[in-house]
Amino acid sequence: MQTIDLRGVTCPTNFVMAKLELEDIEAGTTVEFLLDDGEPVKNVPRSLKDEGHKLLGLKEQEGYYTLLLEKGSD
Amino acid sequence: MAEQKIDLRNLKAGGFIKERGKDLFTVRLRVPGGRLSVDRLAKIAEVAQKYGKGYVHLSVRQSIELINVNFADFDAVVAELGEEQQKVASCGARVRVPTACGGCEYNPNGLVDTQKSALEVDDKLFGTATGHHKFKVCFAGCPFDCPKSATNDVGFQGAVWPRLEADACIGCGLCAKSCTEGALAMADGKPVFDAKKCIYCGDCIKVCPTSAWSAAKKGYTVRIGGKWGRRPLVGTLYATFVPEERAVDFIAAVLAWYQEKAEGAGRVRLGDIIIREGWQSLLDHLRRDFADFVVAETTAPQVIVNQIPLPGQA
Repeated sequence: MQTIDLRGVTCPTNFVMAKLELEDIEAGTTVEFLLDDGEPVKNVPRSLKDEGHKLLGLKEQEGYYTLLLEKGSD
Repeated sequence: MAEQKIDLRNLKAGGFIKERGKDLFTVRLRVPGGRLSVDRLAKIAEVAQKYGKGYVHLSVRQSIELINVNFADFDAVVAELGEEQQKVASCGARVRVPTACGGCEYNPNGLVDTQKSALEVDDKLFGTATGHHKFKVCFAGCPFDCPKSATNDVGFQGAVWPRLEADACIGCGLCAKSCTEGALAMADGKPVFDAKKCIYCGDCIKVCPTSAWSAAKKGYTVRIGGKWGRRPLVGTLYATFVPEERAVDFIAAVLAWYQEKAEGAGRVRLGDIIIREGWQSLLDHLRRDFADFVVAETTAPQVIVNQIPLPGQA
């Protein structure tokens, strides 16, 4: 599974980077994003949901979060 | 007799504001909710170029103001703006042009269609004489409250009440993580809702991957009696989840109470009348038609005590 590390990237750059990464991934594929606590973990999942991707889960790690997502079809 | 004749009806509703310079006026335009088409904007630019100073001012209540217009040109200005259905706003003791945030069509935070509400109020109530003082209304689409609802005579704030369908919940925890108010916490892999802490923002609904959270009810939270200026008052809560389609009626009910209770009081804003008459009177009045939405009790508009007296003046 592909992991996209968005830690250390602020809003909304992290969301735009996630979008760009998802462009090269096939619909239905599961991807993992690493997100900082605070605004990123609050905003990025919601924005990706609005774009039509399927959120699968969120896990708290040490000092950051992993978001599991299935790429939606266009 | 003056050589130039002016249609004085244009002046009656206000919107023409005296400037410092001789014969010069500011013409305030009517832009409910701060949204206007680019065609209208182009027409305004054309009129401003022709009759104004070459610049405009954006008022703090979302209106465009033409600067340095000679009063002899009033009729021409009104006629030419009318070619793009642009109208002049009001001033004085009337219901003013409602302000609103961008609303819910493109703003991801917006919970209700504030632009639609602003247009309805503008259509039905704009320019209504209060008999006493100005009367300001605003619409905020969510609890971020960019239009500052509590500083208006009647201020609306979009709100949703969330409901969880437990079977659809996958226990991902995104809702609890999203809830800045601490109204949601995870326990045994499921969200637990503390209703007392909820401020109706709907972030849980927006982030939920499986739509386990949905809106049980939606509408406006209403604050009444606010104003700014020399002696500010912060408006207080009178109703929750007022349906969007009843906003105009709600304002009309507040207005009717104000018109009656301020009789003979002179140039006094609604908030000060509430302080004089007691909030119970207004709340009882609103309960007649909005029993399902009014709160059990509220407080008088809040005086910001440290504004006056100024330090050293006490």
